[in-house]
Amino acid sequence: MEDQNAKKVLEVSHLKQYFNVGKKDEVKAVDDVSFDIYEGETFGLVGESGSGKTTTGRAIIHLYTPTSGSILFNGQQVIGMHDRAKMQQFRRDMQMIFQDPYASLNPRMKVKDIIAEGIDINHLAKDDDDRSQQVADLLDTVGLNRDHASRYPHEFSGGQRQRIGIARALAVQPKFIIADEPISALDVSIQAQVVNLLKELQRKRKLTYLFIAHDLSMVKYISDRIGVLHYGRMLEVGSSDEVYNHPLHDYTRSLLSAVPVPDPEYERTRTQIGYDPKYEDGSKKRELVEISPRHYVQASEDEIPMYQERAKKMGLEIL
Amino acid sequence: MESNENILEVNHLKINFNTYAGTVKAIRDVSFNLKKGETLAIVGESGSGKTVTTRSIMGLLAANSEVAGGDIQFHGKDILKMSQKELEQLRGAQIAQIFQDPMTSLDPTMRIGRQIAEPLMVHKGMKKDKAMAQALEMMKLVGITDAEQRINDYPHQFSGGMRQRIVIAIALINYPEILIADEPTTALDVTIQAQILDLMRELQNKISTSIIFITHDLGVVAGMADRVAVMYAGKIVEYGTVDEIFYNPKHPYTWGLLSSMPTLDTNGEELPSIPGTPPDLLDPPAGDAFAARNAYALKIDTEQEPPFFKVSDTHYAATWLLHPDAPKVTPPEQILERQEQFAKMQKDLAQQGHHVEEEEEKQ
Repeated sequence: MEDQNAKKVLEVSHLKQYFNVGKKDEVKAVDDVSFDIYEGETFGLVGESGSGKTTTGRAIIHLYTPTSGSILFNGQQVIGMHDRAKMQQFRRDMQMIFQDPYASLNPRMKVKDIIAEGIDINHLAKDDDDRSQQVADLLDTVGLNRDHASRYPHEFSGGQRQRIGIARALAVQPKFIIADEPISALDVSIQAQVVNLLKELQRKRKLTYLFIAHDLSMVKYISDRIGVLHYGRMLEVGSSDEVYNHPLHDYTRSLLSAVPVPDPEYERTRTQIGYDPKYEDGSKKRELVEISPRHYVQASEDEIPMYQERAKKMGLEIL
Repeated sequence: MESNENILEVNHLKINFNTYAGTVKAIRDVSFNLKKGETLAIVGESGSGKTVTTRSIMGLLAANSEVAGGDIQFHGKDILKMSQKELEQLRGAQIAQIFQDPMTSLDPTMRIGRQIAEPLMVHKGMKKDKAMAQALEMMKLVGITDAEQRINDYPHQFSGGMRQRIVIAIALINYPEILIADEPTTALDVTIQAQILDLMRELQNKISTSIIFITHDLGVVAGMADRVAVMYAGKIVEYGTVDEIFYNPKHPYTWGLLSSMPTLDTNGEELPSIPGTPPDLLDPPAGDAFAARNAYALKIDTEQEPPFFKVSDTHYAATWLLHPDAPKVTPPEQILERQEQFAKMQKDLAQQGHHVEEEEEKQ
C-alpha cells in the first residue's frame, strides 16, 4: 500500500476538535492533526486513553463538527456538508464498527432489523424478499448462521455480536470503515477470528479501514500504516513495519517498550524507556516532517537534524 | 523468594450456580496450590472460571452459588467451611484482593487516606492517628507523589493509574500473605500498566506476599508469573512453570491461545485462531470440553475426559495427546519455534549445571 500512485480516499488536514471552547475547561482533544488514507489500505491510529484517537474517528464520520481544519473524502469537503443527498451518500460510503458489542446493538430489535436498518433507510431493497435475501447473504459473509436472523442480540456471544455489528456496517455497501477498538471487548481466542474476518472482507470488497486501537500488537498486525497520537497531536506516521521497528519519536519508543510480550525470556530482560514530554511542550512550532521516505515525525526546525541522525543510525534512508 | 511451602491448597473444588435456566457448572474439579512468595497466574477466557475460583478463596461467592465438592486449605482450615465472622477476619488481613476496575473499587465519598487506613483500624484495632500515619507511608511506598498533600483528596481527583496504586495500597496495608489480583491492569494504558506491574513486583519482593494473578493477557503473564495455570470451561487444562507453559506447552488449547496473539514480529495474512466458542456450562459436553474446537481432537476426546499427564515434576497437562498410545501430532509452527527455544534453554541450563558441578568437584 505504499504505492505513491494509490488514490487518496481521505485527506485530513489541520483538524482541530476543541470542546468547551472559550471556557475555563477548554479541552483540545485533537490539535492540528493531518494525515491521508489511501484506497484499500488499513491506517492504524494508536495512542493512550485521552490521546484523541476516538475523537478523530468521530470527527471524520461527522459525529462532531470540528473546530477547524479540513476533511476531504473522495475529494469532497465533509465539514459543513449540508446537502441532504450528498450527506446520505457520505453516510453510506463511510460506516463505523464500535467497541462494545453489548452496547452498540439495540436489545429490542431482531438481528435482521438491526442489519437491515441501513438498507431500509437507503431504499436498497426492492421488496421484502430481497431484503431477507440481503440479510441472509450478510450473515453468511460474517460467518453467522442465516437462521439467526430472527433472534435478539442477547442470544449471542460477544464475538457473534461483533459479527452482527460488522454485517450492519456492510449492509449499505460502504467503501470506508472506521473500526474503533473493534476487538478490545473480546476474548483472546475470539479476537483473532474477528481480525481475520475484517482482513478477509477488506480483500474481497476492497475496503479501506481506519483502525483505532490501543492494543499495539494487534494494530501492527492489521495495519499497513500507523499514526501515533498523544495529547491530541500526531507525533509519528509511517508504515507499520517502519514505526514499530525504527521508531523515531521518543514517545513512540516509550510506548513500544511498554508492550508486554508473551515471551518470558524477553520479559526478563526488557527495559522500559521513559518519556519526557518536552518534545510536545508547545513552546516551539512543530510540524510533521518527512525524515525518511514516507516516515514522518513531528519536529521543530532545530530538531530535524537530531531525528535525521537517529534515522541514519538505524540505517534508514534520509531525505 | 519462593519456597516449597504451600500456603494455600485448593483440592477438587466444584462450584455450581443455580439459575433459572438450570445449574451452571462453573468450576468442575479444580486443584492447585500456591507456594509462599510465588506468583501464580491463572489464564483463560471469560467464563472459564478464573474469577469464580478466586472469589471462592475470598469467601465472596454469590448467593445462588453452591459448593458441590472440594476444599480450600489455608493454615490448616477449610475456607469453604468458615463462618462469616472468620471470613471477615481473613479478608483484607491475610488475603487481600485488587479488583479490575480502579474507577469502581474505591468509595467515591471517602478521602483516600481514610480508605487506606481503614483495614488497619478494622483488623488491628489501630487508633486513627497511627493508622493514618501508616497510610501515608504506604502511599509513598506505592509511588503516589506529594502524598502529604494528597492524603485528604477524593478518588475522583486521581487518574486511573494513581487510583490503582491506591487500591494496591489498601490491599497491602496489612501485609497480606496472599494477594489476589484480578485483571489489575486491564483497564489501564500500556505505559501505566508497565508501572503498576513494576510496582507489584517490587512490593512482592519487599513484603514477600504470594500473588494469584488473573489475566487473559499472556504478555503480562510472561513478565509476572513464576507458575501458570491455564483454565478452560471450569477446569485447569495445563499447569507448569512460566517457561514450561510458554516454551513447551502441551495442551492444544494453550497452543491456540499462544498462537492467536500476534506479537510485534507477527506478519502474514491469516492469524491462527481457535474456531467456535467455549461450551455452555449449563450442560458441559462429555469428554474433553475443548474437543469441539480442537483441530487435534482424538476420538476418545468426545467420550472420556482426559486425566492429567505428567510432563515434568512441575508440568502437567490434561490432554489425551500425551497418552503413550496417542498418535504423534505436529503442533502449529509458532509452537514448534517455542519448543525449539525450550530445548535450547534446557541444553544451556544443563551445561551451566554441569559447570557448577565441576566447580563443586574442584572445591
